[in-house]
Amino acid sequence: MSADVFPLPIETEGLARKSAWTRFRRHRLAMAGAAIIFVLALACFLGPALLPFDETHIDVMQRFAPPLAGAHLLGTDELGRDMLARLMMGGRISLGIGFAAMAIAIAIGTGVGMVAGYHGGAIGSALMRFVDAILCFPTIFLLLALAALVKPGLISMVLLIAATSWMNVARIVEAQIKVLRDQDYAVAARSFGASHLRVMLRELLPNAMAPIVVAATLNVARAILLESYVSFLGYGIQPPTASWGNMLNNAQIYLTSAPWLAILPGAAITLAVTSFNFTGDGLRDALDPRMDIR
Amino acid sequence: MGPFLARRLWQSLLLLAIVSAIGFAILHLAPGGPMSQFAQSAQMTQEDLDRISRELGLDRPLPVQYLDWLRRMLTGDWGRSYRDNAPVWSVIASHLRATFELMAASTLIAMLLGCAIGILGAIRRYSIFDMAATVGAMIALSIPTFWFGLIAIYLFSVELGWLPAGNRQTIGDGSLLDVLHHMIAPVMVLALVETAVWARFTRAAVLDVIGQDYIRTARAKGVPERAVLGRHALRNALLPLITLAGLQFPTLLGGALVTETVFTWPGMGRLFLDSIEYRDYPVVMGILMLSALMVLIGSLMADMLYAVADPRIRLG
Repeated sequence: MSADVFPLPIETEGLARKSAWTRFRRHRLAMAGAAIIFVLALACFLGPALLPFDETHIDVMQRFAPPLAGAHLLGTDELGRDMLARLMMGGRISLGIGFAAMAIAIAIGTGVGMVAGYHGGAIGSALMRFVDAILCFPTIFLLLALAALVKPGLISMVLLIAATSWMNVARIVEAQIKVLRDQDYAVAARSFGASHLRVMLRELLPNAMAPIVVAATLNVARAILLESYVSFLGYGIQPPTASWGNMLNNAQIYLTSAPWLAILPGAAITLAVTSFNFTGDGLRDALDPRMDIR
Repeated sequence: MGPFLARRLWQSLLLLAIVSAIGFAILHLAPGGPMSQFAQSAQMTQEDLDRISRELGLDRPLPVQYLDWLRRMLTGDWGRSYRDNAPVWSVIASHLRATFELMAASTLIAMLLGCAIGILGAIRRYSIFDMAATVGAMIALSIPTFWFGLIAIYLFSVELGWLPAGNRQTIGDGSLLDVLHHMIAPVMVLALVETAVWARFTRAAVLDVIGQDYIRTARAKGVPERAVLGRHALRNALLPLITLAGLQFPTLLGGALVTETVFTWPGMGRLFLDSIEYRDYPVVMGILMLSALMVLIGSLMADMLYAVADPRIRLG
């Protein structure tokens, strides 16, 4: 996006001296997003220890207790389990899947993108056509079709989400590497006798990090969403293990009598995904090389 | 434009071949492969299974099977549903209309609303409206579609009682008004994400064009601001956006699947989930292949429209 015509010369003066971190800090929504992610993660991983209720403890006397009334802060579900404890434990699963699937997707995508971008030619175009072909399948269709074939579980969920999310990363990395491999420093490194692998990992990868970091952040958001879709539809994380997605699985039945069963987990998903998306947006603005006017 | 089109068509055919290979591979990954349906039946002996396998040609080498499968797909023979033995193609065709109604209505709304929001946001950049629209669009993109559907049902059906909670029509009614009444909630849910995407792209495109030299030239010549925007900026910014309709197709299909589930809408997404539930792999595969094919056609059309909208493309 090109800047406005008139403010441009004034703004660039300041930008040149500012680091990415300073620019990120000025992006208030991104800062808020990063702070919310930190608090959410802290609450999910430390919170359950502070609560008097166990997330699997069934209390039939306390079924459908509404939120903000009585001992259960956020109420209870259809089996009398504490909603807050379940939200925190579900958050561990959902956030955990988000990060794990992102890490694998980034690894595969970066690997494929680097090889395709660096070598180009027949290997490169074959790899990228394969990427294009998988992208033809709407993600949810592909993910559900694959999820129906395997035994549902934590690990299979992570692997399946990663398997359907790495293609965009590969595209981004391929485009970057294609440009970078012809830069002087890369050519120089090769002429000094550096191996292809060394040029890729030591020279090109560090310079392609910015878009990869942005893609990684947005990928966590996407993975959390995908987990919620698949678990909501019953092919993801299986009860009694809670995830934000499968907590919504039964919620539609009790929509009339206990709407908080539907509202709370969905709000948690939306909050987490929005935060990751804003953080990614802020990172893009902060790291975008086009903003680096020298 | 001729060579460009020819190259794109050739690329699409190549992609189609890879897409079909992926589809065939997934089908054979299914537990027991295409034989799983027969293997589940208790009366089947191993000899029966072997005989069926021979009759279906499943004992042949994989490449031969693949080519045979591909030939059948191309001639419209997509196999038979495990559930009721109906041809897969007719099962899918009977669900297509409901899905397309949903998708067409929400795309239309999203295009009009999203473009309006995007243009206003770009013209009044950094205004309160622009900020609110930017934040709103990001939240809309982050909400799980099915959850938004649940909230819509809770608000408009349970609490207010304005809209039906699901299905395509009231049994025994089915008048146009009744059908439209049932469409409101699912279309609204599906249009939310779409609107956000259109608004973001429109804002970016308009901002991009406003920064161009010829806009400055027009202003310098003293062209009234309205004419600068209407005749110069918007025309150039919005024309390439038609391609978005093609490129958004996969997201839209995925959204339709989830929306249909929440609203028990009898479309392709609902059929896909039911087929997964019944392990009806031929139908699952048929929908998977059809959706990939539609996405492919969507992006091909986007490219062609773009070439028509932007004369510079003809050089490529």
